[in-house]
Amino acid sequence: MIDLSTIPSPLVQIVIGLIGVLAFVGLNGLVCVYLERKVAGHIQRRPGPFEVGPHGILQPLADAVKLVAKQMITPKGADPILYWAAPLISFAPAIACFLPLPFGPKLQNVSINVGLILILAFSSLNVLALCLAGWSSQNKWSLLGAARDIAQSVAYEIPLLLSLLPIILLTGSLNLAEITQTQGPWPWQWLVVKQPLAFIIFFVCVFAETNRAPFDLPEAESELTAGFHTEYSGMGFGLFFLAEYSYMVVGCALASILFLGGYQGPVASGWWWFLLKVYALLLVMMWVRWTYPRVRFDQLLNLAWKWFIPLSLLNILITALVVKL
Amino acid sequence: MFDLELGLDLSGDFYTRHFQPTPSEDTLILNMGPQHPSTHGVLRVILEIDGEYILRAEPVLGYIHRMQEKMGEVKRYEQYLPNMGRVDYLHALAWNWAYVGAVERLMGLEVPKRAEYIRVITCELNRINSHLLWWGAYLLDLGAFTPIMYAFQDREIVMDILQRVSGSRLTYCYYRFGGVSQDIDDIFIEKTKEFCAYLKPRLKMYKDLVTDNIILRKRVEDIGIIEEETLRKYGATGPVLRGSGIKYDVRRKEPYSVYSELDFEIPTASSKDALGRYLVRMQEIEESLKIIEQALEKIPPGPHISPQAPRRPKPPRGEVYFAVEGARGEIGVNLVSDGSAYPYRVKLRSPSFSNLSMFPEIAKGTLLADAVSILGSLDLVIPEIDR
Repeated sequence: MIDLSTIPSPLVQIVIGLIGVLAFVGLNGLVCVYLERKVAGHIQRRPGPFEVGPHGILQPLADAVKLVAKQMITPKGADPILYWAAPLISFAPAIACFLPLPFGPKLQNVSINVGLILILAFSSLNVLALCLAGWSSQNKWSLLGAARDIAQSVAYEIPLLLSLLPIILLTGSLNLAEITQTQGPWPWQWLVVKQPLAFIIFFVCVFAETNRAPFDLPEAESELTAGFHTEYSGMGFGLFFLAEYSYMVVGCALASILFLGGYQGPVASGWWWFLLKVYALLLVMMWVRWTYPRVRFDQLLNLAWKWFIPLSLLNILITALVVKL
Repeated sequence: MFDLELGLDLSGDFYTRHFQPTPSEDTLILNMGPQHPSTHGVLRVILEIDGEYILRAEPVLGYIHRMQEKMGEVKRYEQYLPNMGRVDYLHALAWNWAYVGAVERLMGLEVPKRAEYIRVITCELNRINSHLLWWGAYLLDLGAFTPIMYAFQDREIVMDILQRVSGSRLTYCYYRFGGVSQDIDDIFIEKTKEFCAYLKPRLKMYKDLVTDNIILRKRVEDIGIIEEETLRKYGATGPVLRGSGIKYDVRRKEPYSVYSELDFEIPTASSKDALGRYLVRMQEIEESLKIIEQALEKIPPGPHISPQAPRRPKPPRGEVYFAVEGARGEIGVNLVSDGSAYPYRVKLRSPSFSNLSMFPEIAKGTLLADAVSILGSLDLVIPEIDR
């Protein structure tokens, strides 16, 4: 690993950082596909992929080759420009989300003082992409999926943001590296101890924002066949898939930076601690997906508007009082 | 497409043309099926939805129509027997039994006691299999992917057991006129006992893990309430009927075979919703285990098939109806014989057909996700509906 801050020109720094992020996103996609299939397999009392390579380790590559080689079909009556723009719009902001993340003490692409807001802003763009995909597909199921996605994202964006405000109040910063440094290496120094409610709300909202089960309503397979990506084939679907995994990683990375001390660990702090925490949270997300049934749409919205938003507001109030006193 | 000569709008197929939208811009006509993950086969439901609320739902049948009843008229009695395993592939032995029982009643053929017990044991094993598959598939409809794998693990054991005696794993053709094709052996009895002991803790695990889960409860409680009035109107039977609190079971109301000698309960639920139907089926698995254990204790020695059993039956003139309790409800076979080796008419009464007929009434005004839940809770087997 290189120390990014020693590179003199900021432009070169960003280019190298972007290449690194792209490599990480691609690699992470492969790892997540393999992890998901293995985790699903073991939860369902079967070995998962086993044929391609030792213990199926090359399965994600085979999947990727299949997706790339598939014909890309534009459905009759669909708006081709919007239709093919949607996967790109979904995937591109995911890259930007990785830029302000501090992977290690010196391993941060752009150290800006509004890192948190940048990530939240770029990750919200995904809604637009899914809306476009559903709208331009000329498919009623896709349209329903898109409608669900917008309602869901709008509802869950609010408690997600509200649950992060107490952290900002406590640390007094929006720079992710600084927020990491205010926490110590030991678990009791992490912010999750001070803000357990905020952590729970944030993590549940990440589930909803990334459309993961039990909140995978926009793509609810048994209801909407495949929701907004029903019509996509080949890499069109592949990009949505990659974007979903990237947003999952961004969500888990934010959770580990804001609540679990980021790259700091009891022994030998470094990027390995960060990745360990991120992938532990990812495993939890996969575990939940293969365990629970799907909630119904109105129940999902009720949960956001009736529970999470009032609770996170209350949490902000209490935190503000404690900080001020 | 627009036919200028006739002045008809010929776009879409017959059903689409007849299912006209109400003159409103707010509604959407949606085709659910024939290829849809939660219609379990080739059922097609045309929906008119407003947002996600269903205004109208109309099932369209016939995508897997195989002329089972016509086949009955052109095949000899014994040639038609293997068809029965294909009507309802999940509870094949009940259909076997209904047809064989009808022919036996028509001929006045006596079935040996041992054969009756073997039929009870195998039919109940098959019922457990059917309910387990329903359980897995229903949870798949509700978005839980894992239970079906557990259900299939249990089903595998039952299929191995039934393969020992019948030779097949899904579409059985095991019963014969006057008995069964092959006697059961000690290994069968031993394996069945092992299975009973194995499934009980598993059922407890399923209850703790799945049935008591809050998300599942929210998806099935107060969803798809069916009133007695509706049930009577459409002739619903089986767990759908018992899930609304009506204690009707052919095994008790019109006892056939040796069911009157066995001690078992008819589970009912008073809630009338999808949860009621869910719980009834889960309890039925336990009752079936109870029946199997008793039958294994009581099974007498003797022949497994009646010595008078004809290879090619030629029943006398007459008409007969024989009903058995299948996993989905009352399975009935109405046979008319003209005295030849071919049935004059075979009428198959399939429970799924009646249960599906209620769907438009129950689904009205529900959410799309609830409609999937209701459709799943009716436990439909599409080949049985179309026959």
